[in-house]
Amino acid sequence: MRRTLIGLLLVACGIAGSLVVIGSPSRNTPVATFSDSGPEPQLARIFGEIENNRLDQALTQTEALLQQYPKFRLAHLIKGDLLLARSRPISTLGNAGGAPEEKLSDLREEAIARLKAYRERGAVAHNVPRYLLQLQPDQKYAIVIDTQKARLYLYQNDNGRPRFVADYYVSHGKLGAGKMLEGDKKTPTGVYHVTSSLPAQKLGDLYGVGAYPLNYPNEWDKRQGRKGHGIWLHGTPSDTYSRPPKASDGCVVLTNTDLDAVAKNLQIGLTPVIISNSVEFLSLDDWQKERSSLNKKIDEWRNDWESRDVERFLKHYSKNFQTRDTNFAQFAEQKRKVGSGKEWIKVKISNTSVFRNPGKEELVVVTFEQDYQSNNLSNQMKKRQYWIREDGQWKIVYEGAA
Amino acid sequence: MFLFSETPSLARLTAVLAGLVLCFSASCINAQQNTQAAPANTQAVAEIQRLMKQGQLSQALEKTEQLIASKPRDAQGRFLKGLILTESGRQQDAIAIFTRLTEDFPELPEPYNNLAVLYAQQKQYDKARTALEMAIRTHPSYAIAHENLGDVYAKLASQAYDKALQLDSSNKSTQSKLSMIKDLITTKPGAKPTTPTEAAVPTPTKVATAEPAKPAPVVTPPAAPAASKPTEKPAEKPAEAAADAKKAEPKPSPEPKLEKAPVASGVEADITKALQSWASAWSNKDVKGYLSHYAGDFQTPNGMPRKAWESERAQRIDKPGKIQVSVDNFKISIAGDKATVKFRQHYTSATLKTSAAKTIVLVKSGSRWLIQQERVG
Repeated sequence: MRRTLIGLLLVACGIAGSLVVIGSPSRNTPVATFSDSGPEPQLARIFGEIENNRLDQALTQTEALLQQYPKFRLAHLIKGDLLLARSRPISTLGNAGGAPEEKLSDLREEAIARLKAYRERGAVAHNVPRYLLQLQPDQKYAIVIDTQKARLYLYQNDNGRPRFVADYYVSHGKLGAGKMLEGDKKTPTGVYHVTSSLPAQKLGDLYGVGAYPLNYPNEWDKRQGRKGHGIWLHGTPSDTYSRPPKASDGCVVLTNTDLDAVAKNLQIGLTPVIISNSVEFLSLDDWQKERSSLNKKIDEWRNDWESRDVERFLKHYSKNFQTRDTNFAQFAEQKRKVGSGKEWIKVKISNTSVFRNPGKEELVVVTFEQDYQSNNLSNQMKKRQYWIREDGQWKIVYEGAA
Repeated sequence: MFLFSETPSLARLTAVLAGLVLCFSASCINAQQNTQAAPANTQAVAEIQRLMKQGQLSQALEKTEQLIASKPRDAQGRFLKGLILTESGRQQDAIAIFTRLTEDFPELPEPYNNLAVLYAQQKQYDKARTALEMAIRTHPSYAIAHENLGDVYAKLASQAYDKALQLDSSNKSTQSKLSMIKDLITTKPGAKPTTPTEAAVPTPTKVATAEPAKPAPVVTPPAAPAASKPTEKPAEKPAEAAADAKKAEPKPSPEPKLEKAPVASGVEADITKALQSWASAWSNKDVKGYLSHYAGDFQTPNGMPRKAWESERAQRIDKPGKIQVSVDNFKISIAGDKATVKFRQHYTSATLKTSAAKTIVLVKSGSRWLIQQERVG
């Protein structure tokens, strides 16, 4: 009998209540960088009060929360419930009679997402997302988004290792993640970066304090035939604090305060924004292992290129290799042709980033500056490769200028 | 249906509420010991009340001013003045009077209650809530203030829901059904009224003889979740439903019934019998029998689900300790298969003793009269 709203919420989404004890925020978070800036700690306390049958305190705290976030709809809903509980029994979160069920379930989902994220924050802060294998030295921050959890994680580049800074509640596409088609109301999953900054004055109120377009569709998306455009990170309309977890036509939406906070750390064209349906986290050891094995592989490729043994070099490429206009056979033929004229080759790569692509395929996006020199040709370029694991071996499946 | 409806929390919150009521009533013994202001000139008061009943408000006001002039510190005269001003439509003045009363006699719950009713009429529900909470703080067992506070909480909840869901229910029927208290019981000495002439004047005692019954805003619960409909639409539905309910409700007969005729007509006798049997089932804690007096389309308070309402009632009725419920002073008006009955309900439990005006609307179902609506006042 000791469970009520919060019990309902968490039971309903199948979380074991063993992660972090609710109601004692920040006390058991040894990670100093953790930020408690959003309304989650207060929400968790409110549900804790409800859980312990202190409805008066819960109402007082909800009113305090609303002072701070007057347009926070979920808090208004909880307030309504707590008031109604004084005049009649209530059975669930959101007891507004005659209200559209859709809107109620939106707010319930928001409550679940926020509370779940708050409970699991310890695990997030201690582990490393699998995608951020290596950051370029000039990438100061990286963003990882988990659509299912409705969460954006901000990481700082600490000598190539991502260090957790803060996390924020986000909304995504009405129909979820895994964008394929124009207008499918889904958010793409993949490795992206912001391409520009659109100031609020040029946007409608829907986008809030600003917008940051992403480079969807990227090389891999195009190759997979994914369509659509105009996927942005943006803010929230002025009459709203936050939107439900699934609310946009595919964009990733933050509260205006959070967008401002995140935007401070965005480097246009540089900051990686990795969107996943469900972020995988690795322990530091496992992350280190995966990172070194890939770096080793990249170095082998570079060495084999310098060795001028064309067949050995070509072994790094997948049979499905494809650039914009060349397939593997054409690529191999071209390499064999120019290979005979080479007396020496020097390849230097620097400023490398390695990001694992979210999803079932084992795919890694590698970007670096390449300094190629040989007896008859030299060039410098920024190159991007997609490496795929085929039969246990990492192979290059795409490469091109970045 | 709601996402999490099959969980045990319902029962728990019911228990919480029942618990609250119990603990409030436990301290009600104090209430009767409160004899703050001196008893006013009972004759003058009775005269004023008579004038008010006859609708001679200006004369009533005049007499009240005289009473106040003779006893400026007395709460009774000022309280009556507040009532007269309210009935004269001078709400702002009435608010001023009741506000001063709460300042001068912070221990009296009635001025707070009436202040709250006035605020609620102006849709200032936050102020109404504060006033009622004060009334209950001083008199935790005050039944009418509890009923009113329940209504105010429901109003505030509905406002919060509107903000949560971006609905606009301002067009809903917002007529307040809060009860004004017409008498200052707590100013009277603990002694019972010395003249037990119960048959004559509707009793010079106790609690509110309430307003000429206003139809309670009835919000029907949603029939089915309209999944794909545009979101703004459903907001209008409850308003229509409320309007319909209002129309459907038979107006109490304008003709004031005299004292109960010794020979009641057959129908009236049936109705009286039905209510007596309802009260006795309640007294006997016969939950099944009690609930069997309610029609299938009984309008539960605030449109709560029937099941929830039934279990709440079962809990209240079946709580430990003796309960004695009796009903009298029936005023019955019949319109076809419907009857509106105004009566007094005397309720005594181990911890609470109240006597309140009630209105019940019954419908004829076969040979039985079943309760379709029930409200205080």
